[in-house]
Amino acid sequence: MKAFAYVNPSNESDALAALRSGGIVRPLGGGQDLLARLKDYLDEPDRLVSVKGALNREAAATGDGGLRIGAAMRLFEVAEHPEILKRYPALAEAASTVGSPQIRHQGTVGGNLNQRPRCWYFRQEEFVCFKKGGNRCFAADGENQYHSIFGNDGPSKIVHPSSLAVPLVAYGARFRLASASGEREVAAADYFTLPSMQTVQKENVLADDELLTHVILPAPGNVRSGHYEVRFKESRDWPMAFATVVLAMNGPSIDSARVVLGAVAPVPWRAEDAERVLRGRLLDDAAADVAGEAAVRGAKPLAQNAYKIRITRTAVKRAVLAAAGRSV
Amino acid sequence: MIVEVEVNGKRHRRDLEPRLLLSDFLRQDLQLTGTHVGCEHGVCGACTVLFDGEPARSCLMLAVQADGHKVGTVEGLAVVNALSPLQAAFREAHALQCGFCTPGFLMTLTAFLRDTPNPGPLEIREALSGNLCRCTGYQHIVEAVSRACGHPRP
Ligand SMILES: Cc1cc2nc3c(=O)[nH]c(=O)nc-3n(C[C@@H](O)[C@@H](O)[C@H](O)COP(=O)(O)OP(=O)(O)OC[C@H]3O[C@@H](n4cnc5c(N)ncnc54)[C@H](O)[C@@H]3O)c2cc1C
Ligand code: SF4
Ligand code: FES
Ligand code: FES
Repeated sequence: MKAFAYVNPSNESDALAALRSGGIVRPLGGGQDLLARLKDYLDEPDRLVSVKGALNREAAATGDGGLRIGAAMRLFEVAEHPEILKRYPALAEAASTVGSPQIRHQGTVGGNLNQRPRCWYFRQEEFVCFKKGGNRCFAADGENQYHSIFGNDGPSKIVHPSSLAVPLVAYGARFRLASASGEREVAAADYFTLPSMQTVQKENVLADDELLTHVILPAPGNVRSGHYEVRFKESRDWPMAFATVVLAMNGPSIDSARVVLGAVAPVPWRAEDAERVLRGRLLDDAAADVAGEAAVRGAKPLAQNAYKIRITRTAVKRAVLAAAGRSV
Repeated sequence: MIVEVEVNGKRHRRDLEPRLLLSDFLRQDLQLTGTHVGCEHGVCGACTVLFDGEPARSCLMLAVQADGHKVGTVEGLAVVNALSPLQAAFREAHALQCGFCTPGFLMTLTAFLRDTPNPGPLEIREALSGNLCRCTGYQHIVEAVSRACGHPRP
């Protein structure tokens, strides 16, 4: 690891000022992603700003019945928080399966949402691909079994690595971003960006001098939600495909649906066809089947990942069944 | 950078380089070599220590991040000639072979048994999911945990 300076501010404004202190500066949350990248020389900052003690780490009710989560909240706290468990269960479930107990104790919400891709070419210093300023994607015609099946016509074929991003998009969350000169709010769905030649080196709209400080969840309303992750032998690695569904209910039938897929695209992927077929249907087994089918319509697998179509279909089906209260 | 950290109840004050990992600080500066280092990427769990009482990867943490905090390592579990009940159960149940992974398991499970004194078999497996062992096949480790909480042999 290259040498760097370290600062540990105790409040948000000091942390934001430190981000503008010159040179390459990176925020450090729990370090569960960043430290591994520093060791592998994938990033060489001059200064780290620890944000764990500077940012909020509580979940507090908002005036209009929603919930505001500080970016320094740790993943095990998200998984166990009574309000999150009760009102946003898919988010608690996603947090509860990240990595291992040790990682959930250190990892923060802000770090989870801003972690960098797991593409194995990206993680090796020697492969200078588009994402690292190079002029090719090694996964396009290389080892791409864990890469994307949607949104993969741009320069990078990654899947977005964050487990929390998917339920947050499904619940319609917004993110508060702050810099030393102001703040803004962005819908979770607009925060993550599909790669183009101009944007391929980043996965979101955050500027280098900004922090993601809060996640703001709207009041859930009369919804049922379900979450399902397909993992390799139940292992502690990232899921191979997963889905969150949030169904706004009208009695026994579905008024409107959000179906969001994870580990299949460079961003949390809205399966709009599946949302359409669920609208107005009874929430039953047949609904789960048609949603699964519709969700994978339009998938464009790469040479080695057509298997993801099947497991994505299963993830959506089981997430719908979970929303229906069925054990899956 | 001046760092004050309490390790196994003992205060240390050192001037440390920010990029020093907590695992290297423990092993090299404090000569506490019971904390093992395997993958150095957060996967294997060999480096697990207790950070303010909670299991954490010391390979994915900077020593400067421990400033003002408490760290527990495997050296802190036993007093001379008296293993902790969990350590004793590991010995009785043959829960270690080469022993490389053992300190990490012990630290993870010490925190787990403190919070979950009477775990079921699935809870035990979930608790040790973040620690890899290449020798034992885990069966004896699960058994050691059952023994440590007073359950008879399965
Ligand atoms: C073995 C293993 C398995 C894992 N499995 C999963 C999994 O299944 N699902 C999953 O989602 N993740 C997984 N992870 C990734 C894990 O690192 C993240 O989930 C964790 O939450 C990262 O949080 P952190 O606070 O440690 O991030 P850090 O490493 O501190 O930060 C990550 C990135 O975000 C930036 N950052 C941190 N905080 C902020 C902020 N407030 N605003 C803006 N930028 C910020 C940092 O600069 C850095 O670039 C796994 C990791 C390991 C090692
Ligand atoms: S998928 Fe993206 S990160 Fe991986 S090699 Fe291609 S450009 Fe690089
Ligand atoms: S050495 Fe830290 S997890 Fe493997
Ligand atoms: S006893 Fe050898 S790795 Fe676990």
